[in-house]
Amino acid sequence: MMKTLRQIAGAALTTLPMLAVANYDVNIPAPHSPISNQIYGLHMEILWVCLAIFVVVFGVMFYSVFAHRKSKGAVAAHFHENTTIEIIWTLIPFLILGFMAWPATQTVLAMKDASNPDMTIKVTAYQWKWQYDYLNDGLKFYSTLSTPRDQIGSPEQHGKPTNEHYLLETDNNVVVPVGKKIRLLITANDVIHGWYVPQLGVNQYGIPGFIKDSWFQASEPGIFRGQCSQICGKEHGYMPIVVEAKSAEDYAIWVKEQKTKQAAAEGHDKVSLADPVTR
Amino acid sequence: MEATHDHAHEDHSHHPTGLARYFFTTNHKDIGSMYLWFSLIMFFVGGFMALVIRAELFQPGIQIVNPDVFNQLTTIHALVMIFGAVMPAFVGFANWQIPLMVGASDMAFARMNNWSFWLMPPAATLLVGSFLVPGGAAGSGWTLYPPLSIQGGISVDMTILAVHIMGASSIMGSINIVTTILNMRAPGMTLMRMPMFVWTWLITAYLLIAVMPVLAGAVTMLLTDRHFGTHFFNAAGGGDPTMFMHIFWFFGHPEVYIMILPAFGIISHIIPTFARKPLFGYASMVYATSSIALLSFIVWGHHMFTVGMPAAGNLFFMYATMLIAVPTGVKVFNWIATMWKGSMTFETPMLFAVAFVSLFTIGGFSGLVLAITPVDITLHNTYYVVAHFHYVLFSGAIFSIMGGAYYWLPKWTGHMYDEKLGKVHFWLTTISFNITFFPQHFLGLAGMPRRIPDYATQFTEFNQISSVGAFLLGFSQLLFLYVIIKCIRGGAKAEAKAWEGAEGLEWTVPSPAPYHTFETPPAFH
Repeated sequence: MMKTLRQIAGAALTTLPMLAVANYDVNIPAPHSPISNQIYGLHMEILWVCLAIFVVVFGVMFYSVFAHRKSKGAVAAHFHENTTIEIIWTLIPFLILGFMAWPATQTVLAMKDASNPDMTIKVTAYQWKWQYDYLNDGLKFYSTLSTPRDQIGSPEQHGKPTNEHYLLETDNNVVVPVGKKIRLLITANDVIHGWYVPQLGVNQYGIPGFIKDSWFQASEPGIFRGQCSQICGKEHGYMPIVVEAKSAEDYAIWVKEQKTKQAAAEGHDKVSLADPVTR
Repeated sequence: MEATHDHAHEDHSHHPTGLARYFFTTNHKDIGSMYLWFSLIMFFVGGFMALVIRAELFQPGIQIVNPDVFNQLTTIHALVMIFGAVMPAFVGFANWQIPLMVGASDMAFARMNNWSFWLMPPAATLLVGSFLVPGGAAGSGWTLYPPLSIQGGISVDMTILAVHIMGASSIMGSINIVTTILNMRAPGMTLMRMPMFVWTWLITAYLLIAVMPVLAGAVTMLLTDRHFGTHFFNAAGGGDPTMFMHIFWFFGHPEVYIMILPAFGIISHIIPTFARKPLFGYASMVYATSSIALLSFIVWGHHMFTVGMPAAGNLFFMYATMLIAVPTGVKVFNWIATMWKGSMTFETPMLFAVAFVSLFTIGGFSGLVLAITPVDITLHNTYYVVAHFHYVLFSGAIFSIMGGAYYWLPKWTGHMYDEKLGKVHFWLTTISFNITFFPQHFLGLAGMPRRIPDYATQFTEFNQISSVGAFLLGFSQLLFLYVIIKCIRGGAKAEAKAWEGAEGLEWTVPSPAPYHTFETPPAFH
């Protein structure tokens, strides 16, 4: 126990210099899809409304806490029960909620509309990796964590995370063309997993035996990282998702490369696009 | 009449002493104390698990526990805190206070009351003991979602059994509470004149009776799926894992209110007492509590926005969830209106009550943020949710329990607690609570998932702050234990009416409350 404590203390000291590059992001990461853009806006709007209510309501409370104290000679009034006030403070929140619900409804409807996609990728989750089937381009590959295990470590042999994208890097990224509506058909082969990439506004469970759809559209080229969002066993923390959005030309080049690779690896076997895996 | 009186008298002078007293007791005060002690012990057990979790999360990489054990710790921490710490604490308050507040001599079913308590230690043993079986404890998260929970070892069966036993205990406790409240009130105490704590517990007890059997059904189906070849939750056999989530959260959401409504009750006593002014809107508080309870049955889907329900389902659950903000707002406004133009003093219970109102409301605001389906989808299963439910459960439920304990300790022990130490405990708890949980909002917004033993380096700073806060918070609770023990052992003599502004029948009996009270119903005006 003491040894562990000392190790923790030592580790704490070594992390001190890291404070220079410390990360204190306090908000949702910059959105990169129309849906995550709307989510970002909705969150900011609600945050400001809540802050305003907080300041008003607790302004009143803390004024009372400071002013109406016995030590300042405050004498208790004895008023109570006032139906008018009760009705007012029931109705006002209703109006505020209506104001919040309207834009949120628009976004819900937009999120659920996965129709008319430009391309479809089937995502199958396993303990503990992802499989991607590009239904239009005939590609199929697995994607697993590429961070070396010795960086992660264990209770006996503590790891040393040094990679810049520690735990958020994969051997095969999900490459997609920019600006296209990508439909995802998400399922799982063993337990429930969650395909979660916040910057693209997607967080969808993969449920064994069922296919759920979702969609996104990357608004500019870039790399967007996420993780499995639903506890799925001991490696739950180690199944990242990396989406790489490329221009149409670069995407075409990537598809060609993948096809060559795939053909070589599978000895020219036909790519299987069999139906969803069920248990 | 004569005979019953003699019999009662005999009981009085021959009740067993020592351990036997507690094994066989049917006295609501003994049972209440046992519930409260049990809850405090489980609070420390669950707290210890939380500290191991926070120690592991102090920095990225694995240092202290491997990922398997980490998952077990998060799972059992939640179950222990919910079923072992928070719920029994409120049942303890109910046992002590409801008979004293309604002027009853004891609970309606005194012997069943003993049984409801004594079911708890075996259940807790199963739950905590499951760490020792091969494969370790259940590691599927407290929600026990299949198919992951189907994969687990014998510990999952132990957990299921523990949930069954605790559920049975809760149902018995609830029947007892409902019967006591509806039948044993002092003459003249109509329903709309009952103390708020009694009202909130009456509503809570109905919630428990409604949903604990649902949970029992869900875990029984898990058990038969695991061992008897059924396929309730297995798609290959025609079942559906999503169905478990629906059933679980049909229990799980009312459960959230089971853990907060009695807290509302306690706060509704503390604030008027220390503001020396009656509760602003008694009737509207009763209606607000009832509305929250009713709404709690139609919002479960907000835990499942990422399951892929149809748009209509997502919208229904979003609107219904947002509606809860209205009665909750009414309650907060009422507490503030009660404080307004009062003559306030800030003894420890009042400090906890004021902190409750402010911090619980922060949890309410983050709840409103999470109610908005699209925002929830980006925050679902992140640390934002962890921060949210700790604001409502720790600075909500547990702050009210601590405030309530300080408030009624003089009645229970006959001594005033050490006010200075109580205040130190309050400030340590409140400050370290916020250091622990406020940064978790930021982690969640940045996209850190919950239930991971290891994280990307960009999350390091806030995790470190959170871990430092957690250790302060954990060790501060030893002071709480010390203050309680000190108060039991001695201290300034408490008056019958221990607080200047206190109202209610419990303050008409001496402090400490005698072993038997209200053997004849008191006059209630």
